[in-house]
Amino acid sequence: MSEAKKTPFYEKHTALNGKIVDYNGWLLPVQFPQGLVEEVRDTRKRATIFDVSHMGEVSVKGSDAENFLQKILTNDVSKLKDNAIMYSPVCYPDGGVVDDILIYRVSSDNYLLVVNAANTEKDFAWFQENCSGDVKLENLSSQYAQIALQGPNSKAILQKLTEVDLTEMKFYRFQADVSVAGVNCIVSRTGYTGEDGFEVYCKNEGAIDLWNAVWEEGQNKELRPAGLGARDVLRLEASLPLYGHELSKDITPLQAGLNKFVKLDKPVPFNGQEALKKQAQEGLPKKLYGLEMLERGVPREGYTVKSGEQEIGWVSSGSYSPTLEKFIAMAFLDPGIQEQDEEVDVAIRKRTYRAKTIKLPFYRRGK
Amino acid sequence: MKYNVIEGLKYTQQHEYARQEGNVAVVGLSDYAQDKLGEIVFVELPDVDAEVEAGKSAAVIESVKAVADLYAPVDGTVTEVNEALLDQPELINQDPYGEGWVFKVEMKDQSQLGELMDKPAYEEFIIKEEED
Repeated sequence: MSEAKKTPFYEKHTALNGKIVDYNGWLLPVQFPQGLVEEVRDTRKRATIFDVSHMGEVSVKGSDAENFLQKILTNDVSKLKDNAIMYSPVCYPDGGVVDDILIYRVSSDNYLLVVNAANTEKDFAWFQENCSGDVKLENLSSQYAQIALQGPNSKAILQKLTEVDLTEMKFYRFQADVSVAGVNCIVSRTGYTGEDGFEVYCKNEGAIDLWNAVWEEGQNKELRPAGLGARDVLRLEASLPLYGHELSKDITPLQAGLNKFVKLDKPVPFNGQEALKKQAQEGLPKKLYGLEMLERGVPREGYTVKSGEQEIGWVSSGSYSPTLEKFIAMAFLDPGIQEQDEEVDVAIRKRTYRAKTIKLPFYRRGK
Repeated sequence: MKYNVIEGLKYTQQHEYARQEGNVAVVGLSDYAQDKLGEIVFVELPDVDAEVEAGKSAAVIESVKAVADLYAPVDGTVTEVNEALLDQPELINQDPYGEGWVFKVEMKDQSQLGELMDKPAYEEFIIKEEED
């Protein structure tokens, strides 16, 4: 692998004493001195700022853009309006997942796809392989910086920096060419934490000005930095899938419980449609459950889950949850298991620890 | 130094400490180690009467993100474990050298303590680690 890349905010993280790690080839802060638990609480109660510049951005333009997207997405992009965002898995013909992505519709022949950092190259190759007709694909990932401003105070902070009325911007909506403290940005009401919040994209040149303005304004609203560690725990609490854990080339979106993003009856064929229809009819080999530990023990990725002596699956993500003050996990288990209150055991090193199934999501923010 | 290193204790390169009390050593994690691990949420203790071996895992300490082995600093037999940690593992963060002790071991050979680092040596060792 080539040398790890720095985002435009790298010096901001080191100035805040962030602990830097190499995350899929990007040097990013995993946590700050206040610690992961505090970062999670700050996000739920006030506001935090995350550097998510590692995310990939791909522009799709042309009169056949929608046809192309309909073919690669399991979700139905024909339902998407201008300035709206859709989440969708991208599948292989066998139903395994290439990636899970966000689709921003600028207009009927102009879309922006936001993809997972680790998958950017693979996705772009897959898009190229699957496109035909009048479709222009452009990988913009290296040109864009992105911050995620998450938590209940996010709107108040961002509103001070822009003329656009953010109250009018509903969840999963966005606006392009928004001036934020004088920087041209794409502002979207999205996030990966289960809280209200915004993701703000800008060209690298404006990144530092954007960060400085948000940071300065945020000081009146108890804005704190947060790292990848908190981001992972927040998304687990909100039961949002992470590629490589809940989704992979060997796991279908139906197994991950993403049925509402898989339009099996979409009128136009899409990659994976037949395989997914078949799986929906024949039943899932394993499916995603929530687990809550009944005794203290940290369920972690890869640990075996048992029912009595029988192995029934594995943990895909697990952690201590600072919000719920419990140990929680998502796990792929035999589909016969009850979704709620069935006791199972998680094998942790030398012994097993009791857990029970619990409905997902673990955490849902109050209205 | 930003980390608390106590005079009179012995330290290992894996950041355990040993406090000698007669032929017993009280074992725990150094302040540096607890800081690096972050919020500790789980501790797996050895059994009382278990035989432990210097440099071998004797307990497991877990923070939110990481699983870390605690290696025995000396050979011996576990005489007591800090059961308070089962419900309050955060004691290791709050008071690593006091209420956050992990287990006590009856030493086979007290001279093993001589091979461990004293305060000045350990402080120097931490500074080197921090530079990497």
